Amino acid sequence: MAAASPAQQKTEHPKPRRNVELILLLIALTIGIGAQVLVGITLEDTIDQQYWIEGAIQAGLALAFHIALRVRAKYADPFILPIVVTLNGLGIAMIHRLDFTDRYAGAEVADRQLLWTAISMGAAILLLTLLKDHRKLRQLTYISLVLSVILLFLPIVPGLGQDIQGAQVWINIGGMSFQPGELAKITLAIFFAGFLANNRDLILLAGKKIGRMTFPRIQDLAPLFFAWLLALGVLIVQNDLGNALMFFGLFVAVIYVATSRISWVVIGFLFVAAGALLAYQFVWHARNRFDIWLNAFDDEIYEQAFGSHQLVQGLFGLAHGGLTGTGLGSGSPDIVALANSDMIIVAFGEELGFIGLAAMLVLYLILFSRYMRAGLGTRDHFGKLLAVAFAVVLVLQVFVVVGGITRVIPMSGLVSPFLAAGGSALLANWLIVALVLLISHAARRPIVVGPMLNTTGEGASGTEDPLRIKEGGGAK
Amino acid sequence: MSELAITVLQFGLLLLLWILILSIIAAQGRDMMVSKRSRTRASAQQAAPQPAPAEAGGTPATVHHSGQTQRPRPRRLVVSEGPLVGTEVELGSAPIMLGRAQECTVVLEDDYASGKHARLFPQGSRWFLEDLGSTNGTFLGEEQLTRASTVEPGDRIRIGKTVLELRT
Repeated sequence: MAAASPAQQKTEHPKPRRNVELILLLIALTIGIGAQVLVGITLEDTIDQQYWIEGAIQAGLALAFHIALRVRAKYADPFILPIVVTLNGLGIAMIHRLDFTDRYAGAEVADRQLLWTAISMGAAILLLTLLKDHRKLRQLTYISLVLSVILLFLPIVPGLGQDIQGAQVWINIGGMSFQPGELAKITLAIFFAGFLANNRDLILLAGKKIGRMTFPRIQDLAPLFFAWLLALGVLIVQNDLGNALMFFGLFVAVIYVATSRISWVVIGFLFVAAGALLAYQFVWHARNRFDIWLNAFDDEIYEQAFGSHQLVQGLFGLAHGGLTGTGLGSGSPDIVALANSDMIIVAFGEELGFIGLAAMLVLYLILFSRYMRAGLGTRDHFGKLLAVAFAVVLVLQVFVVVGGITRVIPMSGLVSPFLAAGGSALLANWLIVALVLLISHAARRPIVVGPMLNTTGEGASGTEDPLRIKEGGGAK
Repeated sequence: MSELAITVLQFGLLLLLWILILSIIAAQGRDMMVSKRSRTRASAQQAAPQPAPAEAGGTPATVHHSGQTQRPRPRRLVVSEGPLVGTEVELGSAPIMLGRAQECTVVLEDDYASGKHARLFPQGSRWFLEDLGSTNGTFLGEEQLTRASTVEPGDRIRIGKTVLELRT
């Protein structure tokens, strides 16, 4: 029986599946580059060398990433990269299309987006190569907290910060604006995951029982609440409601996953309700957003400055698109303000129609499920919580953006991941992709689980450390 | 280019998007069925070296398999005494490391436990306990462990002040 075991385990080894990734990647690149060329054809731009150079850059970057995965993380999830490349390519194509309109004439936002894509993918490859094992990040738990504080506070440092449209979230370095808060998504996720992985048992076991719910002791939760209050405080000062919502959602989701106590979700919703009420009472910005949301079609609100013009025109745009859309380049998405960043989903809804937009939302859904799958598969608590945290970050961004433009919830300034113009968000999301790929690599790679074969020596089972296992090492 | 050609290309783009989605879903296969897969894998490993678990593959069970499913299989490791009393760990197919070190599966908050104190691992449908050279020893019932030995459900595993049990 024991003799048959190793052979049996060998057949069960997960396959790297990099070839599947390559095929999907080719489809993804065809979509992204094809969309861009299609924009050019429709708008009767000459399809010159520029198009082919830009396409080649995108293809080169995607293939470089693919090769980096082959070398560094052979067992990483094969679906994440193609999905992200598709979304990123479609984003560039739409931004390129909007560059032809009067509103963005001469701005060449698409070139900047391509540049940022290159920077972000380069950074992600670098992270993939240097980090190797996501568990090293666990040592950075408290450093991440400090980093988050610094990143969130940077924009309100006088001289460095920039106020754009009421939200003080940008910093200006050498003419380039950057949103450090986007990177705080990553550092805060690392902190929450690391903290809860270390203190999960304490939070679960110690505490007072009131009725059917168990409340944790204050001292166990103090650091978390400190982090939460800080993030919230900074964001209210900076007038950035979308991020406040996202950080809080992240906090509640991760703590729920760590403890599997529904009481956290209940408490979380109460906090959101209280926070929303307070914001409505005291923050003009928030009250304005609520008014727009509730009375979007009111003449007065439609006409006023910072009124519902953007939202209503966005809804009209979606309606104009109908089922199949007007076709890339044939609609008029530029009527909506911020069509290439906050409202880019509307532009897609108008030009690709319900069928196209639904496809993109399904892509987000699959991406979310792949992030969760990485979390489910990996064996260490920290990796699980980190992958879940990133999945939540992704899904909350999409929910807040799509919910905002479709009038399900009040609009707030988040951007759709990978699509919208904006370098810092792109960089943060690509770094998240690199980390999730590392986690999924750790989850899927074969490990030594041969009972009695290796109990205490190098690579002993029960304390699997992927770094210690030689390539191709199975149960031998 | 003619309007017709452009329209065809536009629809082609939408089609290609959905082709991508469908091929991803097709390629995923049963990958998303996490709980089912891990359960069947656990039973496959515990019962016998048999590639397809009986309930999924429908293949007739081997003599090994049918002989061993009679015995109740432990499913949980429960801390019954000590600081962590009440903690439960689901038993899968992976070995479980007990000790104070953070990388252990069950991290014991017990001053008398060593960093990597003991290891529980499955072999066939049984679980074995093995001391990893701990300072204060591991006790199974009243006896100190000297070599790996089987643990039946209900046996007291004592490490320092902590007592653990396997339950079905």
